[in-house]
Amino acid sequence: MSVRPLEIADPQQVLDQLRGRIAALQGGPSRLTVPVLPLFDGLLTLRTGGVYGVDSATLGMALAAGASQAGEWVGFAGWDDFGVEAAHQQGIVLSRTVLVPAPGEHWLEVTAALVDVLKVVVLRPPATVDAKSAAILDARLRARSAVLVVQGDWPRCEARVAAERVAWAGLDAGRGRLRERRVTLVARQPGRAPVRTEAVLP
Amino acid sequence: MRTMVVWCPDWSVTAALLERADTDEPVGVEAPAVVLANNRVVVCNAAARAEGVRRGQRRRDAQARCPELVLLAANPDRDARWFEPVLSAVEEVRPGVAPLRPGLLAVPAPGRYFARAGAGVDGEEAAAAVLAEHLVRAGVWDSRFGAADDLYTAERAARSAPEQGCVAIPPGSSADFLRGLPVTVLADDGPEGAELAGVLRRLGLRLLGDFARLRAGEVSNRFGGYGTEVWRRVQGDEVTRLASRTPPPELACEIAFEPPLDSAEAVTFSVRTTAERFVAGLADRQLVATGVRVEAEFEEGVSARTWLHPRCFTSRDLVDRVHWQLQAGMATSGLRSRKSTGEDITSPVTLVRFLPDTVEPAGDHADGLWGGGADDQVVRGVARVQAMVGYDAVQVPVLQGGRGAADRQALVPWGERPVGLRPVERPWPGRIPGPAPSRVFAHPPPAEVVDEAAVPVGVTVRGLVTGEPWRFRVAVTPRALPWMPIASWAGPWPVDEGWWLVAGAAGAGAAGVAGAAPARAARFQVVGVDGRAWLLRWSALGPDARGSWEVEAAYD
Repeated sequence: MSVRPLEIADPQQVLDQLRGRIAALQGGPSRLTVPVLPLFDGLLTLRTGGVYGVDSATLGMALAAGASQAGEWVGFAGWDDFGVEAAHQQGIVLSRTVLVPAPGEHWLEVTAALVDVLKVVVLRPPATVDAKSAAILDARLRARSAVLVVQGDWPRCEARVAAERVAWAGLDAGRGRLRERRVTLVARQPGRAPVRTEAVLP
Repeated sequence: MRTMVVWCPDWSVTAALLERADTDEPVGVEAPAVVLANNRVVVCNAAARAEGVRRGQRRRDAQARCPELVLLAANPDRDARWFEPVLSAVEEVRPGVAPLRPGLLAVPAPGRYFARAGAGVDGEEAAAAVLAEHLVRAGVWDSRFGAADDLYTAERAARSAPEQGCVAIPPGSSADFLRGLPVTVLADDGPEGAELAGVLRRLGLRLLGDFARLRAGEVSNRFGGYGTEVWRRVQGDEVTRLASRTPPPELACEIAFEPPLDSAEAVTFSVRTTAERFVAGLADRQLVATGVRVEAEFEEGVSARTWLHPRCFTSRDLVDRVHWQLQAGMATSGLRSRKSTGEDITSPVTLVRFLPDTVEPAGDHADGLWGGGADDQVVRGVARVQAMVGYDAVQVPVLQGGRGAADRQALVPWGERPVGLRPVERPWPGRIPGPAPSRVFAHPPPAEVVDEAAVPVGVTVRGLVTGEPWRFRVAVTPRALPWMPIASWAGPWPVDEGWWLVAGAAGAGAAGVAGAAPARAARFQVVGVDGRAWLLRWSALGPDARGSWEVEAAYD
């Protein structure tokens, strides 16, 4: 029986991935990268312990989808209008998804408890949060190596992703149906120039 | 070994009448009744027979002979289900019961213990009388008993016994008894027996004894396997053994509290060992429970609920379910803070009982080598969230089939198994193809759509829009959006569903129109000039094109 060498398309990428995992096992840098969909390549990297802002539900789902596909647990808090089928189409594994549609007045505590065990938590805060509570949650995120994605206001975000210039295709005056949308995604990070990329969202 | 057979004649009718007695229109036991399958009489009771109803008759013939006949549908499951109490009633007196078929059971004859010296009653007859008394207490009036050396003879004897009586065939005379029977008794064995009985009668063999005088070779050549079997029995060679059942094990566990406990926390703490005993009892039989019924008895009232688990119950899961169930019984809001979980229950709890509802082999639910199901850590973390906001506030999203955006999804409380979902893989004609909306409103907020002249847009009976949608606004929380010009739109797609439901039922449309028929409705996709797309639904308010708009979903 002959042993065939593994066919690796991009050895460098595999090496980087393995190095990242070794670093994680050694308890090295506390800022690990979290996998994202190819859509966000070059736009931003999700790092554990960070808070990221989005401006739409679809982007919130898309940011969580990469981690979900990589086998992590994700959660959505404050989403009382969660589109299950859209999440499924985005690539979120529903069996590893926790949904708290209405956390109520204890939403900050609920989010903190979810952050403890889930990799990516997408939050739609029902009220504004003060800087102190946000700092406490930040510390929790870093300690638990989780990512918080916020749709709404948040005092300090590592990056904010927004969709500019949305163009829906497939619709006419009374004819057709929605097929896809072309958007210009822009990621704004404090102290850096905004990064823009063209993308097609479902 | 002596065998006793208990025969309940026309059991299907008895079982069906027993079931009817539980419903709101009970029928007397003495009423003429038949069980029908394919419009033919399968079983009829004595009262119906007295009116001339016979097995195999067509329904209308039977009704013509007896107009007040009670017609019952055949249901073998029901017969078996209602026979179970009879089995356990007999089991109380004599263990080792062998159920032969619904309506017929056999036990090793309980002989000498029931014999009464000097009363002139044989031991077996006395035993039969005790059994009959027991069965009457279980609600079965007509039971007949037969005792003999072997099962076949005992059954024949039971069939020739009077109501609640016993025919005991003395030891060693089984063959003599069988030989004296007419061949028509074979008809009780089913169609095979009826055929053989017909053939034998036409051959001039009136009694089974005549049949027994034939030679073995002749019988096996002419009458096949069944005929040979009957012949051997009549010769007295064949002895059928009794396959007795073992009584089902007692898997339910319960714990009583004396004095009664009045706090959910205390109950939860106390049921821990009982839950462990329950799970261990199942594990001893290589079983796990996937559905458990938890019953809690209060000083006033009872709380019972069946809990389903996505995998299988561990003792910790059971304790959680007890906690949830007791909390649900409390009159608090849906939201409970971490501090307020120690509240008193309305009435002190006297007893908690676990009953296995669904059990499956443990092998089907074993953990994989690298684990399976939810991570322990995640389970613990989610349990903490459930403690904060209530167990049903944490949900798992699942897909299901349907036409509307809201119909195509379901949210299942964490730790419960989704039941009653519509299958996804069906075509579901009428659903909106393309990308699914990322926001689906459980309670659709209202919307307004007007044409260029600021007249509300409607849909005619023909399915046409009254004007081209020009501007719209939606009242989405937290704040209503301003009027927005429409960049492009598609529709109307008529909602062709729900018309088969009665008016006022769930299908009458989300608009809640009270009328004779479900309201006409149509769906639109609308994109505003800001690039946001919406799925709107228009529902008619009357026969003309007036209607109301609401937002079903958003492509946010």
